[in-house]
Amino acid sequence: MSFINILKSADMLGFKSHARNVKISDVKDVLKKEKIGFKDYITLLSEPAAELIDDIALKSRHITNKYFGKTILLYAPLYVSNECENACVYCGFREDIPERRKTLSLDEVLKEADFLYRKGFRHILLVSGEKTDKVSVKYLEETICGLHKNFDSISLEIYPLETRDYSKLISAGADGLTIYQESYGRETYKKLHPCGPKSDYEFRLAAPERAALAGFRRVNIGALLGLDEWFDEVLALGLHAAYLIKTFWKTQIAVSFPRVRASAARYSAPRPVSDIKLVRMICALRLFLPTVALVLSTRENEALRDNLIPLGITQMSAESKTSPGGYSASASEISAIAAAQFEVEDKRTLAEVMEAISKKGYDPVLKDWDKTYL
Amino acid sequence: MKAFNIAGKEFKSRLIVGSGKFPSNKILKKALEASETEIVTVSLRRVDFESKIENILDAIDVKNYKLLPNTSGARNAEEAVRLARLARSAGKENWIKLEVTPDPNYLLPDSVETLKATELLVKEGFVVLPYINADPVLAKKLAEAGAATVMPLGSPIGSHRGLDTRESIGLIIEQSDIPVIVDAGIGAPSHAAEAMELGADGVMINTAIAISDDPVKMAEAFKLAVISGRKAYEVGIKPPKKLASASSPLTGFLR
Repeated sequence: MSFINILKSADMLGFKSHARNVKISDVKDVLKKEKIGFKDYITLLSEPAAELIDDIALKSRHITNKYFGKTILLYAPLYVSNECENACVYCGFREDIPERRKTLSLDEVLKEADFLYRKGFRHILLVSGEKTDKVSVKYLEETICGLHKNFDSISLEIYPLETRDYSKLISAGADGLTIYQESYGRETYKKLHPCGPKSDYEFRLAAPERAALAGFRRVNIGALLGLDEWFDEVLALGLHAAYLIKTFWKTQIAVSFPRVRASAARYSAPRPVSDIKLVRMICALRLFLPTVALVLSTRENEALRDNLIPLGITQMSAESKTSPGGYSASASEISAIAAAQFEVEDKRTLAEVMEAISKKGYDPVLKDWDKTYL
Repeated sequence: MKAFNIAGKEFKSRLIVGSGKFPSNKILKKALEASETEIVTVSLRRVDFESKIENILDAIDVKNYKLLPNTSGARNAEEAVRLARLARSAGKENWIKLEVTPDPNYLLPDSVETLKATELLVKEGFVVLPYINADPVLAKKLAEAGAATVMPLGSPIGSHRGLDTRESIGLIIEQSDIPVIVDAGIGAPSHAAEAMELGADGVMINTAIAISDDPVKMAEAFKLAVISGRKAYEVGIKPPKKLASASSPLTGFLR
């Protein structure tokens, strides 16, 4: 069964009423359990649980260390295009802001890749807007083939595709797919994605399962935090991750926590998610799904990123540029030619981020996969 | 203490240490020294033969340790074989710790694919040390296929549950004519000692040392536990008794 049906039949009102009736002693009982279920996950997200955030964080750290060790895997995004035919209200790439649009040629992509390779990155995330005449499946196949020689893990953050197209990209050498639902709320989603192919809520919602079916080893989901009610999004996200883990048992499922950032879209999040809520959701997800990978990008600032290292995060991006061509060109050059998707908060270099991770007592890992697997 | 022999090579230490999950290369290096291990496993996915940035191989001095590459992440026999060949071509190493774990969550071994990969790798001249479920029949089949050891799990990787599979491991040890090394799930030195007392030829530890608050001290603790468990096994442990022995035996009148 598809997650579309699971989410439709989920008893959201029942979940909410459960959360309203939680007492602090219920939270303490959940913390005593070795394994927790979805109801317990809701308990951890209820308001009384906020008081016990320290105990929850302690358990989250313990579980994360057990499954992932004291390591943080590092990766870098590689933006290949900021052209897009969608009009996502919050995004700097939306089609009604036509200035400074660019799709990299293969040579330009390789130049960017060379920069990242020489820095030491072996895991990259190829990112693109949705412009199928420029960034076609064929373009992506050729790009992935070109990158496969140097990178041990190539993940993609691209518009949703059919299973057969995902299979082509896997054959070309990609091993991971990242796709955020942005908002799990149908109404919110509709308002924020008024036109373009992205307005198809269900096609996007079922993309992670098509990706897993096609054989991606890693599938990374997330909600763009700040668009809709935090509690609703976090419940749907938990259900989605649990569904994927159970259904696609050979796929490593990861969850990201992107919060809406400033961009050329000049959008301010109607329901901003506070730091404490971010921490609460990271820890609750860890307790609920001990083996899920948890990812944090440079959307968050240095201090918060450093503090989140021992709380459950297992992967981080570093030294990211969010415009196509952003690595090989200087900052002033690039801002004249290509717009960024959003403003990066943590602007440290890879070496600085690695040092910060070491200081926290964790090993910064640049390679945890090998191109030989494919 | 009797020496420990794998595929004709002798080792003094019966403790194998895994190199994953450590907070730094420096701590890994010190923990290896404290453990006095002679065999260190390393995950091929973590090894970067091209990078100039410090990586995991820098912590493991191959003059002091036998490097045992593992195929962690392989989903089937074909991938495991490909990785083993990569290890051999890069490091001229023909020992391989075979791990076929299609489930990325609990990393439980796939018995069917592990047997298939063992057969293929043995034919290609590898010394194969397969990580397996504690399945006595599979252990016999792997021995017939030419595996150098079997490495049954005590409980799932990283679970720290100890010898949940004690009965089956006992059967494997009883029936095996190749070394039996208990791998995975050992959380405390007492678990390691228990495995050794049971007659295991060695134990393999990773998480319990790596994520300890003091990995160096914990490595030493495991070293001592393995030695003490082995010594006790070699001497022979008296089974526990429920009743006190009568000082005048009940059948004394027969003598």
